[in-house]
Amino acid sequence: MIQIRNLIHDYLRRDEEGNVEGSHRAIDHVNLDVHPGEFIAILGHNGSGKSTLAKHINALLYPTEGTVVVDGMNTADEQNLWKIRQEAGMVFQNPDNQIIGQVVEEDVGFGPENMGVPTEEIWERVNESLRIVEIEHLRKKSPNRLSGGQKQRVSIAGVIAMHPKCIILDEPTAMLDPSGRKEVIRAARALNKVEDITIILITHYMEEAIYADRVFVMDEGRIAMQGTPREVFSDVDRMKELRLDVPQVTLLADELRRKGLDLPAGILTADELADALGLKEETDVRKQA
Amino acid sequence: MIEVKDVCYTYEAGTAMAVNAIDHITTTIPDGQFIGLIGHTGSGKSTFVQMLNGLIKCSSGQILYNGEDINAENYNRRQLRSHVGLVFQYPEHQLFETDILTDVMFGPKNLGLSEEECRSRAEQALYAVGFKERHFTQSPFDLSGGQKRRAAIAGVLAMKPEVLILDEPTAGLDPMGRDSILDLVSELNRTRNITIVLVSHSMEDVARYVDRIMVMNDGHFILDGPPTDIFVQVDKLEEVGLSAPEITYVLRKLKARGLDIDTNALTYEEAAEEILRHRSQLEALRTRE
Amino acid sequence: MKEITLGQYYQTDSVLHRLDPRVKLIGTFCYIISLFIVNSWPGYVAAGIFLAVMILLSHVPFSYIVRGMKAIAFILTVTVLFNLFMTPGEPLVSFWKLTVTREGLSFAVKMAVRLVFLIIGSSLMTLTTTPTQLTNAMEDLMKPLKKLHVPVHEIAMMMSIALRFIPILMEETDKIQKAQMARGADFESKSIIQRVKSMVPILVPLFISAFRRANDLAMAMEARCYHGGEGRTRMKPLIYQRRDRIAYGVLAAFFCLCLSLRLLKF
Repeated sequence: MIQIRNLIHDYLRRDEEGNVEGSHRAIDHVNLDVHPGEFIAILGHNGSGKSTLAKHINALLYPTEGTVVVDGMNTADEQNLWKIRQEAGMVFQNPDNQIIGQVVEEDVGFGPENMGVPTEEIWERVNESLRIVEIEHLRKKSPNRLSGGQKQRVSIAGVIAMHPKCIILDEPTAMLDPSGRKEVIRAARALNKVEDITIILITHYMEEAIYADRVFVMDEGRIAMQGTPREVFSDVDRMKELRLDVPQVTLLADELRRKGLDLPAGILTADELADALGLKEETDVRKQA
Repeated sequence: MIEVKDVCYTYEAGTAMAVNAIDHITTTIPDGQFIGLIGHTGSGKSTFVQMLNGLIKCSSGQILYNGEDINAENYNRRQLRSHVGLVFQYPEHQLFETDILTDVMFGPKNLGLSEEECRSRAEQALYAVGFKERHFTQSPFDLSGGQKRRAAIAGVLAMKPEVLILDEPTAGLDPMGRDSILDLVSELNRTRNITIVLVSHSMEDVARYVDRIMVMNDGHFILDGPPTDIFVQVDKLEEVGLSAPEITYVLRKLKARGLDIDTNALTYEEAAEEILRHRSQLEALRTRE
Repeated sequence: MKEITLGQYYQTDSVLHRLDPRVKLIGTFCYIISLFIVNSWPGYVAAGIFLAVMILLSHVPFSYIVRGMKAIAFILTVTVLFNLFMTPGEPLVSFWKLTVTREGLSFAVKMAVRLVFLIIGSSLMTLTTTPTQLTNAMEDLMKPLKKLHVPVHEIAMMMSIALRFIPILMEETDKIQKAQMARGADFESKSIIQRVKSMVPILVPLFISAFRRANDLAMAMEARCYHGGEGRTRMKPLIYQRRDRIAYGVLAAFFCLCLSLRLLKF
């Protein structure tokens, strides 16, 4: 679906006359492959280059060196521009700054309108998109009256209506409260599972990365770690070094292991910990009681 | 000390749309306490904290600061705001001067202090939040997200408040930024004895630091007490759309599966200690297998 | 700021809501002109009846419309008083240095009626039409100007984005003001220079925020394949229905009535 080869991106600093003063390397030799239908999470602290990377996939930024190929189309080729933006949709961090319409359904229709989709089909697409993210009841509302989580679901619906093969979510939950965060992640997972859309989730909340098929951790423009969530989170020391969170239960298991308990690495849930500790199944405990 | 006596606040009073944002609250905030004020979006917590420094006038009831009614006709509310400092959500959006030192001096200048006094207060405040002298002349807009926020907090600290209220100070920050802000706030409480009210919707953030948690829902407090007392009441928290810290759920799971432990631990280190106290029980389980 | 309900879209279902926004735009325009055509009591009565019928058809509660009028009550009063005292003619009453003349009285009342009708009439349009419909209508009605290289689509898009962001920026202004007040800023100072100076800590962050939002929005629009008006389709194209043609008929009849009242000097 997406092939990124030796990607380098330099941001240029210019002085007042517009002459190049210096540059800052935001992406440094990144290689990354995403397969159709995958759920990918990219973790990293602010300034690690993860958002810059995301904007390359949608052709909002172009490589300084290296190539980005989306569904067989090179992003550097201008002819592919609109096709790529349609196939790889993007949801941004601030829900207020990406909703254009003044009524939910009109915003969802904005993408198809730009693509020149016939009116009747726009309505079909809008209805379908609203249904997928479960906001049909909000279709006539003004975006200003919605909660953060609802606004982000409107943004997602707006992307779905463009019938993308892949959706990049660039820190979609950073400005939301816990319930809004759950709403958005649930929607993203459903898209992946039910609609079979490739998802690339960029976040700094590790608990959102747990559901991913593969996790990439970025640091200073490079990919510092990669693997399944279990593989990545089990390296507690490295995660701490990169100043990222690890699930509390993984930390707890790690601490217990340090204190001499014989536990396997990469425990991600309370049940896994209970199993590893040799505790009985919950139903057995109830039967006894 | 702040005393809140039977306070109400009604939006759009006198119309059909009247909403009781704050509904008969009575409470006391003693000096030196570190309070976590928790509630989901729209629970009234932001309204409540704005009443404490007189930005919002209560519809009925009284708020006393050190025994004086802050809504009395001749009470100096501008003076009050220097004693009860309030840091809004995304405070970096209020920076406006050309360098951070001048920006931080804005508060002291408004208090009518001399230029030298303002400068020395601003410098102290910037040191307190971790800036070095070489940063002072930097433009606030060249700083990173976490730095901007710390500069904004310094802007309130320079007024030498006795009470510091922070409305979701970690919103939108990555784990590194979040930890550094929370550590900073905790240090201000410990070393300068500043009373802290930390507004948040995340239990995780506050569990580690605070003396007291106040849980707000529908404009009044439904729970109020030390963290260990609050997290026991998981059902009540979930009823209002909140949750206990992740570690509480892990420990409850282990308990449900037959490990006879106390579920009061607030951090994973404490949890590990608690589990290790039952080492004999765990080993008995294993040998039986 | 929340009190201003003047002309804010009122969501309900009515004939007026369903009417093509172009009809409503042209209709309001005609109504305003007709208010200045008529200059006699029968004319005002006709205009009043027309407006009353429209209000009934709109299903917007009358009290809601009146509440919106409060915002402009001050301007209205000043205008009326000005006309009342400043029109020369046959004196009716006089006190202190002021004299009310017969002409003044009649002129002031007419002016008040005209203004009230004008404001209710135009707010009725915005009450029953969403800003999007309105910008769409304007875009369509201005289409002939495209030939003169007027960027019609861009103007409409700008208006529609402005309308979407006004409430957000108003809220933001309020937040910034409060935050600066928390840092001891004083916005109640008397002298004008002080006041202007005190606006700086609000305006600078507000502009920065507006630019940041504009930047974000531009990127979000590009990411959703926005590339100007060319090749764009509409989700809600404007197509005249039977009711719109009838509405045009009614409008023409009313306009003729007003015109004949004036010409026949009723």
